[in-house]
Amino acid sequence: MTEKRISIALAGNANVGKSIIFNHLTGLHQHIGNWPGKTVERAEGTLRFENYIIDIVDLPGIYSLSTYSLEEIISREYIALEKPDVIINVVDASVLERNLFFTLQLLELESPLVIALNQMDVVAEKGMKIDCGKLERLLDVPVVPCVATKGVGISDLIRKAIEIYERKPRHSPHPPWFGLEVEEKIGKLMATVEQIEMGYPPRWIAIKLLEGDPEVEKLIYACRPAVAEEVKGLCQEIERIHSEPCSSVISSERYNVADRIARDSLRIVVSVKPSWEERLASLTVHQIWGYPIMALTMASVFYGIFRFGSFTSDQLLRVFEEMRLSYFASFGSTMIVMFIWDGLIEGMVAGVTIALPYIVPFYVAMSILESSGYLPRVAFLMDSAMHKIGLHGKAFIPLMLGYGCCVPGCMACKIMETQRERLLASFLATLVPCAARTVVILGLVGAYVGLRWALFLYAFNLIIIFILGRLAFKVLPGEPVGLIMEMPTYKMPSLEVTAKQTWFRLEEFVRIAFPLIIAGNLILVTLRFLNVLPILDQFFSFITVSWLGLPAVTMTPLIFGFLRKELTLVMLAALVGTSNFAAILTKTQMIVYATTIMLYVPCVATIAVLAKEFGYKKALAVTLFEIGFAIMIGGLMLRILELIRI
Amino acid sequence: MITSSIEEYLETLYALEEEKKPASTTEIAKRLEISAPSVTEMLKRLAELGYIQYEPYKEVTLTDKGRQMAKRVTRKHRVLERFLHDILSIRKDKAHKQACEMEHVLTDEVETGICKMLGQPDRCPDGKLIPICDRDVKDCTSCEPAEEDQKSRKKLLLPLCFLRPGQKAVVRFIRGGMMAVKRLNDLGVTAGIQIELKSCAPLGGPVEIAVRGSSLAIGHGLALKIFVEAC
Repeated sequence: MTEKRISIALAGNANVGKSIIFNHLTGLHQHIGNWPGKTVERAEGTLRFENYIIDIVDLPGIYSLSTYSLEEIISREYIALEKPDVIINVVDASVLERNLFFTLQLLELESPLVIALNQMDVVAEKGMKIDCGKLERLLDVPVVPCVATKGVGISDLIRKAIEIYERKPRHSPHPPWFGLEVEEKIGKLMATVEQIEMGYPPRWIAIKLLEGDPEVEKLIYACRPAVAEEVKGLCQEIERIHSEPCSSVISSERYNVADRIARDSLRIVVSVKPSWEERLASLTVHQIWGYPIMALTMASVFYGIFRFGSFTSDQLLRVFEEMRLSYFASFGSTMIVMFIWDGLIEGMVAGVTIALPYIVPFYVAMSILESSGYLPRVAFLMDSAMHKIGLHGKAFIPLMLGYGCCVPGCMACKIMETQRERLLASFLATLVPCAARTVVILGLVGAYVGLRWALFLYAFNLIIIFILGRLAFKVLPGEPVGLIMEMPTYKMPSLEVTAKQTWFRLEEFVRIAFPLIIAGNLILVTLRFLNVLPILDQFFSFITVSWLGLPAVTMTPLIFGFLRKELTLVMLAALVGTSNFAAILTKTQMIVYATTIMLYVPCVATIAVLAKEFGYKKALAVTLFEIGFAIMIGGLMLRILELIRI
Repeated sequence: MITSSIEEYLETLYALEEEKKPASTTEIAKRLEISAPSVTEMLKRLAELGYIQYEPYKEVTLTDKGRQMAKRVTRKHRVLERFLHDILSIRKDKAHKQACEMEHVLTDEVETGICKMLGQPDRCPDGKLIPICDRDVKDCTSCEPAEEDQKSRKKLLLPLCFLRPGQKAVVRFIRGGMMAVKRLNDLGVTAGIQIELKSCAPLGGPVEIAVRGSSLAIGHGLALKIFVEAC
């Protein structure tokens, strides 16, 4: 029997459990790429079911099919023009009305639809019941109840999707649901646009023209400028009847339909008292209590990560150290043997021992905070502070992640709406002292100059982020976007979801960062073998010695810091042959050295992420700027410290 | 007949109300650079006309009628300031002086035209809120400056973020361009819908509202564009 290939797209609002369903369907056979030419994530995977091969695409989470964000444009072009065989519309049953608003728009696009009515457990907890049969009849679309976090309903979903695919004819057009006067105008317009071959359904084009959708207007008016007059006339008629702009009339009518359907299929069984979720929700965004709760949560998360990270890191280092010793014992220490270890293996060891012990717990914590619904609350609380640097509350999340590691920090910038804000947030996230820089600040300044000076450096860093944020906000063209987001109800995070999410993110991190860490290490080791480093030390002494007032030997660790920031400390000790830094650096030099390292260049893994998200040009610009900026600030710091004589 | 001096008084009283400062005769006299006795004289007249409530030696308060009139003038003043500052690049202090003169002769039609051209500004160059106009429209996208027979809105609306937590209200008007209006509409904030303010973050932070069975966080800037009628 031959296998049939079907394409299915998952569509729905943000935060409805789309990705969880996607993970269930595709298991580990998925890959995340970008939409052609755009930087919006595109997750794809395949599933074998009976004798079907099913390609699944997870569309971005959106609320509407208008054109106000890249995500919306991509989704609608994909649905309308690439015509996937079936669309699974994931609906959060506990917020039925808002979700149906989007469902109605999918139906307008005349897509073959199956509804995955997710989070039925939450509906039951809220003391409500949804009549799936009735919802099915009202929408004329199959509805499958699911609890995605527990895997309930997933196989029914795929069976229904195949049923839809096999059913002939493919779909029946949905019943008209707008008011009579609007439907009449739609009918008139349809007659006109039916003659134009666009690939989009004519009824949908008619609706979009009445809504004043700029993309559709451009398409239609380009080939039929005369239609513009007709649309204008019809819009005015509608506006005269409703005394409201035509586009608002259409969205309110759509909402009215969604409201009616939701009410008809919803039964309130018992009225429940405010649940713990609701009380927690109001407490965590409380004007006063919200802040200490947030500080406490974040502090304990970070403390936990650092403790776990440093412990695991030490253990792993010990294991690798033993491996290294037995490696040299068995192969001798000739040049080539040394080169293989230092050049090839050391890079991987560094990745495994330094990055992973911190990043794994980091991803776990993030996944829990995310799926429980706490992160949006943090964004809510931090919105006004983030506005001072031209970003909104959501940008606090990447910055906070930056204190752990800039790589997930920059990756998290995807939550911002526009490319401009993503770049701004990423740029600031690279300036945040990550765990590796903390090692330098605490290990050098904290240990030898005093904790007060270490704290001063952190405060100084915040000021710099603030100033550069404001400047970048002024320099980058574009309008700031205000915060608007749904606040999900609190949920118990599921172990399975957390494990899978951590795994996928870790895989992505390893794929991006490891090759670069290893390659970078190889290059630097080659330089060392060729004995070029002392020449570089001499060559750059005008920066290190003359401007920064540091010993010439610091140039080598500064170069290696490009790989991993904590190397700037480890290598310095190796080069000067002592880890008592007080013997080789004065207090002023230590502060200058730490300041420069705190700002001077994103590490190679971070640059890789920047390049992936924004292209090599912008990544290079950020890198060069930060090198120049750090050297400048380091030198200024030296001069000021000399003036006040600490 | 409303004279420009009446308008100046009402504007001053509205500014004091905004700044939450008590409106005393001396304060008004200082701001308008007029002697205290003539201020007292004028306040009496304003009270007779029904614009204010006034008893000697007590604080002056605007009546609803007076406040509506005051908002109208203040709006003209601030819209003009924006126009002079943004389009003609006139210095803030000069723009302020000029706007003081022009506000009394500006027709509603021209004011609406300027407002539309400037893209429905929220604030004047000094950062003070520009009151909304009284055209009876549900959002700015349907506002046609040239339209003659515009009905005017009767009820007093207030920005969403002026509500108290737990207070319910009905959305009546959304200020701003197509982008802001559409974004809010898509998330269910449409004119005529009932909402409840659940919480608001301090220091100009966002507000959280319950709308259509779900919770939305809306940044301060966007929340200032949503005007509601409290229930």
